[in-house]
Amino acid sequence: MKQLIYLDNAATTKTRPEVVQAMLPYFTEHYGNPSSVYEFSTPCKQAIAQARETIAESLGAKANEIYFTSGGTESDNWAIKAAAEAYQEKGKHIITSRIEHHAVLHTCEYLEKRGFEVTYLDVDEFGTVKLDELKKAIRPDTILISIMFANNEIGTIQPIREIGQIAREHGILFHTDAVQAYAHVPIDVNEYNIDMLSASGHKLNGPKGIGFLYIRTGVKNRSFMHGGAQERKRRGGTENVPAIAGLGKAVEMAMADLRERADKERELRDYLIGRVMKEIPYVRLNGHPVNRLSNNANFAFQFVEGESMLIMLDMEGICGSSGSACTSGSLDPSHVLLAIGLPHEIAHGSLRLTLSEENTKEQMDFVVDTIKAIVARLRSMSPLYEDFVKKNGR
Amino acid sequence: MYSEKVMDHFQNPRNVGEIENPSGMGTVGNAKCGDIMRMYLDIDENQVIQDVKFKTFGCGAAVATSSMATTMVKGKTVQEALEVTNKAVMEALDGLPPVKVHCSLLAEEAIHAALWDYAQKNGIEIEGLKKPKSDISEGEEEEEY
Repeated sequence: MKQLIYLDNAATTKTRPEVVQAMLPYFTEHYGNPSSVYEFSTPCKQAIAQARETIAESLGAKANEIYFTSGGTESDNWAIKAAAEAYQEKGKHIITSRIEHHAVLHTCEYLEKRGFEVTYLDVDEFGTVKLDELKKAIRPDTILISIMFANNEIGTIQPIREIGQIAREHGILFHTDAVQAYAHVPIDVNEYNIDMLSASGHKLNGPKGIGFLYIRTGVKNRSFMHGGAQERKRRGGTENVPAIAGLGKAVEMAMADLRERADKERELRDYLIGRVMKEIPYVRLNGHPVNRLSNNANFAFQFVEGESMLIMLDMEGICGSSGSACTSGSLDPSHVLLAIGLPHEIAHGSLRLTLSEENTKEQMDFVVDTIKAIVARLRSMSPLYEDFVKKNGR
Repeated sequence: MYSEKVMDHFQNPRNVGEIENPSGMGTVGNAKCGDIMRMYLDIDENQVIQDVKFKTFGCGAAVATSSMATTMVKGKTVQEALEVTNKAVMEALDGLPPVKVHCSLLAEEAIHAALWDYAQKNGIEIEGLKKPKSDISEGEEEEEY
């Protein structure tokens, strides 16, 4: 088998072997339904309680403020739709940003069709939400501010403390999609005045199909999934016990070495960025140079198209992603790259590489050398580059 | 995702490059949607395409359809080249994923644009050839950063 250099950890991560081990007993041995009364189901109840406790502790929250869901998308849908429904008598205005994940953006669009008004805040060239615009957007009928903790494409970390402060001062609910940031960046829901927070298991070396929504005590947010009495009657459906146990284990492990892991990733990431920026002409780094997720690098290579780069990287066993239209299934490149002001053709040449602690410096060297060759080759066959050279000289 | 033939033409594209003083050149597509194709034709006095070169900014399918299209028009008369449709290019590549069909349209348009340029330069009319719509070589200024 050819080598694999996995640099798409923002898409999903490898499930840690310890996490798999923590899950297995709940398939084979403790398969009881946690809602049942007999003793056989007790370990299942305990596993859920334990995971809930671990997660609550990681956020400075209370255990009864954590609700398990199927993942980030469900958590975002629940937070926004249920809050809109519960608070619509106060008003029907929601504030979010242009660079949110589609789980937030499409939910907001859904609500717009149902009589809600949504303000989509612009971001600056680094992808940071402008706080003065946020303040200006607030109206008497604003009921919810939903701003992501860190962006999934360009990695920019938002001024969450300040946003939480502004929301609190105006008595507005604050939801944050922390799918990319949770267990990668320290988060305290009280320190940051966060009322609701979405997170997903598979972004932190946990299993897929599991996540949670933190809902602060006192926030009116009714049940999203109607059914049984699970999750304090707010989210019906038999709990995914193995996945919940796995998520608990993944959080425990991720929190234990968070800083160490982030430092290691950052060092490797900065080495990668340094070499690319120095050795390849006509490239820019997308996202904030400092306030960004420790494992995120996002480049735009002028005159080349992203999908072509991805296919050629794949031939060398390197997994990355791009915001090019060709990879999105539409004709438009990523909304995030357009929001930070990239012209279309440059947004098409974007490449996101998201590292893990398992990557090595040797891998980074191989990746840079490979990118150099790919970009040179694609430029040699690019009419945009030909025009540029004819106009400006090489 | 792609057929073996598409991958072959993407990895080893045929006829990449430029022709100096071409008989006809056409650029189609739009950087906004992420695909630009430029086709160069060298056509002799008998209206036979002696040589063809291309450059493409675009995804794997865009590169592969450009490459395949050049192999299909090389050695043909201009009239025969007109019959190289997007459908023919797609079939020659053993098909494309549905979202990539527009790439094959671009290849057909690029041939037409280059033929149109040739016809204009020589003051001739090629039966069945209409003025291409999506030539971006004029009008749209390239954006820089």
